Amino acid sequence: MNMQNAPDIRELSYAEAIREAMDIALGSDERVVLMGEDIGVYGGAFQVTGDLIDKYGPDRVMDTPISELGGAGVAVGAAMTGLRPIFEFQFSDFATLAMEQIVNQAAKIRFMLGGAVSVPLVMRFPAGSGTGAAAQHSQSIEAWLGHVPGLKVIQPSTPEDAKGMLLAALEDPDPVMIFEHKILYKMRGPVPEGHYTIPIGKAAVRREGKDLTIVATSLMVHKALAAADDLAQNGIDAEVIDLRTIRPMDRDTVLASVRKTGRLICVYEGVKTLGVGAEISAMVAESDAFDYLDAPIFRLGGAESPIPYNPELEKAVVPQVPDILNAATELAQGRL
Amino acid sequence: MSDPNTPYAIRTYDAETLKDALRKMFLIRKFEEGAEDSYTRGLIHGTMHLSIGQEASAVGSCMSLSDADKITSTHRGHGHCVAKGADLGRMFAEFFGKEDGYCRGRGGSMHIADVEKGNLGANGIVGGGLPIAVGAALSAKRLNTGAVTVCFFGDGANNEGAFHEALNMAAVWKLPVVFVCENNRYGMSTSTEKSTAVKHIADRASAYNMPGTTVDGNDFSAVAEAVDTAVAHARAGNGPSLVENLTYRWRGHSKSDRNRYRTKEEISDWMARDPILHMSALLVEHKVMSEADVAALETETAQVIQDAIAFANASPAPTAAEATRFVYTDGEAA
Ligand SMILES: Cc1ncc(C[n+]2csc(CCOP(=O)(O)OP(=O)(O)O)c2C)c(N)n1
Ligand SMILES: [Mg+2]
Repeated sequence: MNMQNAPDIRELSYAEAIREAMDIALGSDERVVLMGEDIGVYGGAFQVTGDLIDKYGPDRVMDTPISELGGAGVAVGAAMTGLRPIFEFQFSDFATLAMEQIVNQAAKIRFMLGGAVSVPLVMRFPAGSGTGAAAQHSQSIEAWLGHVPGLKVIQPSTPEDAKGMLLAALEDPDPVMIFEHKILYKMRGPVPEGHYTIPIGKAAVRREGKDLTIVATSLMVHKALAAADDLAQNGIDAEVIDLRTIRPMDRDTVLASVRKTGRLICVYEGVKTLGVGAEISAMVAESDAFDYLDAPIFRLGGAESPIPYNPELEKAVVPQVPDILNAATELAQGRL
Repeated sequence: MSDPNTPYAIRTYDAETLKDALRKMFLIRKFEEGAEDSYTRGLIHGTMHLSIGQEASAVGSCMSLSDADKITSTHRGHGHCVAKGADLGRMFAEFFGKEDGYCRGRGGSMHIADVEKGNLGANGIVGGGLPIAVGAALSAKRLNTGAVTVCFFGDGANNEGAFHEALNMAAVWKLPVVFVCENNRYGMSTSTEKSTAVKHIADRASAYNMPGTTVDGNDFSAVAEAVDTAVAHARAGNGPSLVENLTYRWRGHSKSDRNRYRTKEEISDWMARDPILHMSALLVEHKVMSEADVAALETETAQVIQDAIAFANASPAPTAAEATRFVYTDGEAA
């Protein structure tokens, strides 16, 4: 995945990489506490915390009641007063119950208090569709939070980034919201040992290319890379950018790529309208990179619909590899 | 039958009603077993929450409800749906994601609703149904329909803000709603001891100035007596009540459960308190049914489930071309 890795580096799953980051944080910083529903002996709904409770005990791996609003608020208060909470929402969808604390409190307290305190809070949101969990357990609401100044919103797409960005989030003085696609949890990849960080706010070029730019987030990065392999066989050389952070967005990396390729596709799972792709498109349209475009910008996002239960319908409402392939082919051949 | 020691259910219901209640309890058990089996065989995409062990709570709580009365249900809602009179074939069809399902395959296990029978739907959000039930009760009061709403929720839900806000509003406005807490001792892995500051969830009723009762939720008669009383109280215009049914789920929370938070002994102790055996024994003891009648009923319900599964298997799947249908009432996406 990342060229800098030593060839003999061990592989972990995305979930294990997050657990290792939390383990390192718990082990090296007394202020770190994990909070969430069923993250103790149950191990978390997606087994991300796993057996950390055995090592650190229930005071540092804290089961909360099913009280998202209250739990999030406790995490905000704790972060303001010296702890470093990592708060897990069981599903990102349940963050809707905690919007008050996230949006009105966590994001604004430092501002409202004229900088008198910071809220060094990390929140984790298992997100996305593909598990057959239907409309209330499959959403991608990262753009909602991306709209709130005061928050940072990240979407790591690889195990290495999941670990490094979580450790970076813990060092960040402000609230960092981490959206973890549930389908990625089992994905394996090389992960460096020990403590390291990967900066928030920096996109990664996952594949270099000259014919068109695909800017993707989270699971869509992998779909874009699969599509890029197929495109290469048809002589189309796609550059794939993993945005990694949606607030603050890495403008330089995206614009440089568009200047080079002259074509842009945005691929993201959240609802297309008013989503991440709208922001990327506007960023290009408002810049000098606009002059380099040889074709209209194309967005592939989630359908204007909740996520359906039936598996075929569920696939139909989010971008798939063939959708990316078709859009890229049409765009590269000047048909869009 | 006027002996005060005779259980409430025997004193109150006729033989047909009692047999139907037991039949529904069997149907719930067998629906859940069929669901589990389908899941194990890979026919189901997604998750499910089984209510095996909680059948008396579901059926006993719906005894004095008609189709005009409403319920709101939970993620563990198959039993409530059956208790309110749903068709098993359409339930399985929904579970299998088919067009003939109650939600035409769009909702799945966690969102099954049966609006014609007054079931306003299961819910994927813990506590999500509580304010909705209060809203349904508000309509009933304003529109003078005489309908009562029974709101099912779990012990875990009683720590959501929505629970407290809903009970308060229902009491302030004196609405015809009965809050039925199915206390199966755990919200996923977290026990009520670890999550809830009061010993009995029904004690929280006093904070909202309404009657609160805790009963053995595996005893059909006890549940029926408590909820019938609360429904009559609501129907008479006296406002809400809170009933707590103490029960237990035999299976894990859902498919992801490693069962690390409870002991095998605890599970087997509760399995020994099987609500269906308890109900069967009650009906046999009071000569409502013979042992042979009970066995025949069980066989008959097993066949209903077989047929329901066959119906669901044969039902067509929705087409991807219609994936975004039903988002808006006029059928057109924005
Ligand atoms: C708002 C919200 N938080 C968390 C969850 C995840 N979740 C689903 S069911 C459940 C446990 C609910 O416990 P309880 O209310 O006691 O119902 P039971 O499962 O025991 O029937 C949890 C935590 C959810 N669906 N919604
Ligand atoms: Mg419970």
